[in-house]
Amino acid sequence: MTAGKRVKVVLAKPGLDGHDQGAKVVARAMMDAGFEVIYTGLRQTPEAIARIALDEDADVIALSSMAGSHLPICRKLKPLLEQAGLSDRLWVIGGNLPAQDHDALRALGFKGIFPSSSRLEDIVDFIRANVP
Amino acid sequence: MKPEKLPGKEPRPVFNESGIEVKPLYTAADIEASGGTNMIGLPGEYPFARGIHPTMYRKQPWTMRQYTGFGNPADTNERFHYLIANGQTGLNVAFDLPTQCGLDSDDPQAEGEIGRVGMAVDTLRDFEIAFDGIDLEAITVSLTINGAAAILIAMYLAMAEKRGYDLAKLRGTAQNDILKEFIGRGTWVYPVEPSIRLVGDTIEYCARHAPKYSPVSVCGYHIRESGADPAQEMAYAFCIAKAYADDAIRRGLPVDEFAGRLSFNFNCFGNLFEQVAKFRAGRSLWAKIMKEQYGATKPGSMWMRMIAGGGGGGLTFEQPELNIVRGAYYALICALAGTQTMALCCYDEAYTIPSEYAQRISLRTMQLLIEEMGLTDTVDPLGGSYYVETLTNQMRDRIEQVMAEVDAQGGIVKLVAEGAIQARVSAQAYQRQRAIEDGSFRKVGVNCYRTEEKPPEMEFHPYREEDARAQIQSLERVRAGRDAGRVQAALARVQADARSGTNLMPAIMEAVKSYASVGEITGVLVGVFGRYREPVRF
Repeated sequence: MTAGKRVKVVLAKPGLDGHDQGAKVVARAMMDAGFEVIYTGLRQTPEAIARIALDEDADVIALSSMAGSHLPICRKLKPLLEQAGLSDRLWVIGGNLPAQDHDALRALGFKGIFPSSSRLEDIVDFIRANVP
Repeated sequence: MKPEKLPGKEPRPVFNESGIEVKPLYTAADIEASGGTNMIGLPGEYPFARGIHPTMYRKQPWTMRQYTGFGNPADTNERFHYLIANGQTGLNVAFDLPTQCGLDSDDPQAEGEIGRVGMAVDTLRDFEIAFDGIDLEAITVSLTINGAAAILIAMYLAMAEKRGYDLAKLRGTAQNDILKEFIGRGTWVYPVEPSIRLVGDTIEYCARHAPKYSPVSVCGYHIRESGADPAQEMAYAFCIAKAYADDAIRRGLPVDEFAGRLSFNFNCFGNLFEQVAKFRAGRSLWAKIMKEQYGATKPGSMWMRMIAGGGGGGLTFEQPELNIVRGAYYALICALAGTQTMALCCYDEAYTIPSEYAQRISLRTMQLLIEEMGLTDTVDPLGGSYYVETLTNQMRDRIEQVMAEVDAQGGIVKLVAEGAIQARVSAQAYQRQRAIEDGSFRKVGVNCYRTEEKPPEMEFHPYREEDARAQIQSLERVRAGRDAGRVQAALARVQADARSGTNLMPAIMEAVKSYASVGEITGVLVGVFGRYREPVRF
């Protein structure tokens, strides 16, 4: 990405999952790393996430999912992000993501997958290295 | 860790999570210096620090109540019977997220979430299936429901009534603590004020019609999971409990008519002695608050009755077998602390919905303490320890101090509505995660004693799309078979009572009996109350 431009992240809690401790911790880590973070709050629909990401012209679209519905949500979100012209942005997801689902998430376009126990530093480093 | 002893120097200071310095040695002088022994008393006597009953577990061990629920009501019913057959003495029901958020299974927002983290419930029919064959007098049922609590309490009472139970004698608990949902857990529906009114409606209704039913279990648990320290956990829970009590008093309910049915839900992970002291301190402080601030006269009104356990925040993804060991220590803490009910997170819970096998291990962990370890032989076995009594006094002071800070800042309702408590605990959660990552806060298997072995294979709880479709079909069948006129009339009454400020429970009871669905009733209430708008602060 252009040198000097701040990385802009839209961090979303999709679906009905109310566990936001992890998302807020990651948001703070990203802010401390110098990223601009737009945290959506809870219960965002895929449509809302795509709209916010487009409105904000996000470099990174990050999801936090703790309640097991990551695959159905990502399946719905993928075409919406594509329609919004955001295919070239970095899509990442973190949370309770069983290893058996990682290939499917990658196939859906999520380049960064951060299951429970991921280190904050690794998340930040990955974004720095991969942001378009 | 061994204290680092440098020549000619004291060991380095140790602080517990609540910020209290722990000395290398305690004597009787420390108890005196921390406030003395006048808040200890005897079990079963004010201020109940040593336990709410005189004989505690000698009469009856704690109730064992693992958090359970998934898929359709029939799947959950099967697991309930399995747990009861294995010696579980209570049920603690998990609902799926659509139910918790007041949505029907056929709502577009429910797609992909039906029956996933708990049992799906749309109508009274689902409760009839879920509790089929379970004796509601022999087994007490706890409903882990908040945003949709008024509706699900009504369903439970209606189901029990239909089966011939006398509501005047029916026991059971609902979580129904909406204020903590705004801090952590997040299954809110309506704005803060009408949400508190709904809690008040359930307290008032149960006090008058189901006086043995506990309509609220105030949760420090999730506030702790969100980043609060143990003293804050208890302080915020007490502030919230007082907010509900104040609402009940404003309705003209005498304190002794409802306070005895308020209960609590606390977490147990962390330093063993700090947790035990937290519970003992909390018991005497709650008794003092109810007696001195509310004028309660019945001992039951002063009791801090609780479910303690869980401990999810202490469990680790790494080396998950260690969670079995952690769970055993957590159970020990809760037993030493004199809990009424215990539930433990299972070792596989950082990965998936617990398997039958994992749930059985948690249940056996509690049974081991009862059968082999002598934890039910004598009341408050740590009572009188110089350390524990000193720490109990110090924790009580610390909890009171946090409560006073909340009051000075405008009260818990205001702080929660503004997102201020959320911001505070979330900042602490971040500091804790940083401390784990830099190794200054030790977690075995995470930042010390790591192993490069592959984690053991976990049995993942299956999610079946066909179950979700079956749930939607079942809802459609119920809708087709009910008396539409009765449903419409019942929903109209819910709307009218929501507008007029009348206690909503009679109208909701009639609505659930007409087989109106969770989503239909919630929709009517949202029409009157609106929806909560989350203050995004962190």
